[in-house]
Amino acid sequence: MISCAEAVRQLWEYLDGELPDERRAAVEEHLSFCRRCCGEAEFAGELRGFLARQAAEEMPHEVHARLLATLGELEAGE
Amino acid sequence: MVAVDVFPEADGMRDPNDRAAKERFRVLAERQLPRLYTIARRLVGDDAEDAVQDALLKAFKAFDRLEHAGAAPAWLTSILVNVCRDRGRAKARAPAEVSFEKVDDFSLYRTIADEDPFPYSDSLHLDFLEQFGAEDVRAVLARLPDLYRIPMLLVYVDGFATKEVARISGAPLGTVLARLHRGRKLFERELWIYAETNGLLVERVR
Repeated sequence: MISCAEAVRQLWEYLDGELPDERRAAVEEHLSFCRRCCGEAEFAGELRGFLARQAAEEMPHEVHARLLATLGELEAGE
Repeated sequence: MVAVDVFPEADGMRDPNDRAAKERFRVLAERQLPRLYTIARRLVGDDAEDAVQDALLKAFKAFDRLEHAGAAPAWLTSILVNVCRDRGRAKARAPAEVSFEKVDDFSLYRTIADEDPFPYSDSLHLDFLEQFGAEDVRAVLARLPDLYRIPMLLVYVDGFATKEVARISGAPLGTVLARLHRGRKLFERELWIYAETNGLLVERVR
């Protein structure tokens, strides 16, 4: 049996699928009865999606055009 | 992985007049541009376009070292990350003021629950995240030292596996996992500090 602190420490790794089988099973067992840690796990999942959405940035058209032009020049160059 | 078969001629640019190789490089790099741009924006801000340009030139010259097309995303990313790191060093920015004290045990979830910033909310944690615009999140990320920000971006924004991040950053897997752990905790705590200091915790009238 692992404590809440131990479960919480491993939540992101758990969500990332990075935990070895034994530790993954221990986290799952903890989550099966601990509502607070379930809330924490759900929030960690939200936070991952939030980070991915907010950090990504659309490339401005003119920047894209200039980078494509660079690639074109490299291809055409000697 | 099907990658090996897609790209049979691994010897890329050995012949500088190899037009087919030059075309392959262009096609591979074009697909990666949006991704590379996002990484560069998060690492060097306004210098992102220059950093991507530099990385493309470096990659073009070293194209013969790319083993197969499937490795192109990680390969181009590692070149870009190095360019960005060099630029960061050259700029000699003031070291970030983040403190590491007690960060490993910080839990944003518990902090939000304990501090209860929106007493009338029935979805407290999601309401907390909704206060942040993209600019706010980028400002929070900018506060993380590169050592932690780079693996965070590569895993959570770019979707690289931690093993690939280890290869990209030239660090052992255990080190990458430890940096990711600390990076996540720093990110959580900096989100909270940012919300407190930028007035995001004032409940809006609905």
